[in-house]
Amino acid sequence: MRDTKSERIFHFINTIFLTIVAFICLAPMLYILAVSFSANEAVTSGQVTFWPKEFTTIAYTYLMANKLFWYALLNSIKRIVLGVGLNILCTILVAYPLSKDSRKFKMRNLWAWFFFIPMIFSGGIIPWFILIKELKLINSIWALVLPGAVSPFYIVVLLNFFRGIPAELEEAAIIDGCGYWRILFQIYLPLSLPAIATIAVFAILAHWNSWFDGLILMSEPKNYPLITYLQTAVININYERLTEEEIRRLALLGGSSYKAAQLFAGSLPVILSYPFLQRYFIKGLTLGSIKG
Amino acid sequence: MLQDLIQDFKKNKPLLLMLLPSAVLLFIFSYIPMVGIIIAFQKFIPVKGLFGPQQWVGLDNFRYILMLPEFKDALWNTIRISSMKIIGGLVVPVFFAILLNEIPISFLKRIIQTVFYLPHFLSWVILAGIFVDILSPSQGIVNRFIRTLGFQPIFFLGDNKWFPYVLVITDIWKEFGFGTIVYLAAITSIDPSLYEAAMVDGANKWQQIRHITLPGMFPIIILMSVLSLGSILNANFDQVFNLYSPQVYKSGDVLDTLIYRIGLIDANYSLGTAIGLFKSGISFFLIATSYYLAYKFADYRIF
Repeated sequence: MRDTKSERIFHFINTIFLTIVAFICLAPMLYILAVSFSANEAVTSGQVTFWPKEFTTIAYTYLMANKLFWYALLNSIKRIVLGVGLNILCTILVAYPLSKDSRKFKMRNLWAWFFFIPMIFSGGIIPWFILIKELKLINSIWALVLPGAVSPFYIVVLLNFFRGIPAELEEAAIIDGCGYWRILFQIYLPLSLPAIATIAVFAILAHWNSWFDGLILMSEPKNYPLITYLQTAVININYERLTEEEIRRLALLGGSSYKAAQLFAGSLPVILSYPFLQRYFIKGLTLGSIKG
Repeated sequence: MLQDLIQDFKKNKPLLLMLLPSAVLLFIFSYIPMVGIIIAFQKFIPVKGLFGPQQWVGLDNFRYILMLPEFKDALWNTIRISSMKIIGGLVVPVFFAILLNEIPISFLKRIIQTVFYLPHFLSWVILAGIFVDILSPSQGIVNRFIRTLGFQPIFFLGDNKWFPYVLVITDIWKEFGFGTIVYLAAITSIDPSLYEAAMVDGANKWQQIRHITLPGMFPIIILMSVLSLGSILNANFDQVFNLYSPQVYKSGDVLDTLIYRIGLIDANYSLGTAIGLFKSGISFFLIATSYYLAYKFADYRIF
């Protein structure tokens, strides 16, 4: 194929432009990283851009000594283990029956509507909150895990994948005397491991990033998941809820680099697992919901 | 008929058993709150319980919120902010998908793409913490730049003139890369022989984009815009809540943040639920319409 001169210029400018935009996408993270490793005076006097000034790790030393941060990390891990496990179990057990043809499973459409109506209508946050309060789940890890256990979105992804599995496999298994449970666990599941991995990645990220339920359903700061903790420690600092030690630490560090260290630490797991994450995410998008 | 159903039930008992636990969970945590919207028509007192003997007040709560100036502000802000986000969220990803597709070196293309998606995966809590710092009028990096150009610093997060645009721009910044995935997939499904034919006819890059790439993406662009219709009353709670402050309620308060403040902070459960029901009602209508349109014109089905 011939490449004219004007085309070469276009390619060149285009690549430069997109590289600059890519830098803009990274810039806030780079900035916060630089701030977290800088001395506070250098930050407040506006000397830090993308490289630390007066390099110090004091902010991280303080962070390591912060008990609430570790509690919060532990809560997040607990939440992910319980929540994602439950998500996957529920998704598999719902997607399989709903992937059946309505001629074979007459109530299929009725059940499908039952599972998808919550996608388009919700009672809103307040009845939901009152219900969880009346169920006495406040301050319990289950409040962060049970309400979102069944996700229509994950079900759609897996359901579409199940439908792509040739029906002959199942028919043959039925003739050999297999029941639905065995077909699901011995034929469908082994075949759909990539789809399930994708859903697991979606679910891990959703649990890691959610914070609002933690804020309203946990009344004790030591029960906060990590992002909820960050929300209260960095964004809406509620001085009444801080321990004396916390207030001293904030005063000592004057904020900026300590805040930056917390924010960066909070995003580190996502950044580290990112190369792996994004591959599965994109697969998920082309796998299930959006196929046009 | 009844016999048929019983037969179906017997034959499919394992399937029903599989559905049961999830159905119970969904019933408790989604359907009961749906019934719980009755408290929008009551003078709700928590100690009497969610379905307890509450006093019914008819449409009083709705009459009250419709007269509330904060509600009008929040409704208007929500529509304004989310329309801008929807339009930007369509145009910007299409633009970048086309440009990305033109990068000749696939290795470079993949790296840039990967960097573009990154912000999508980070929580708004973290990003808001960063933006508060970056946009600060005293030491923020953006205002330092503005000052070196010789202008007055701008209080982006505290000025009603700027705040909505900060919301729109940071939202586009976070999500555009992720939005390009769908459009890139649409571009790669365009028949390459069309481009070859155009080149034989002497069409340049711009003409190829204009007459082949864009029309090829058109169906998916329409589909995405129809589907985004349903989110017009969702201005992104996570983002607004973590960036706003009382100074910018006038321009930045949205329905979800108002529900939070009235319903959960002031514990005015009935009023909060009434606003929530107003929002869910309209959203339901919009989402149902958009799914119907998407099904009708693009043959799009969720399940």
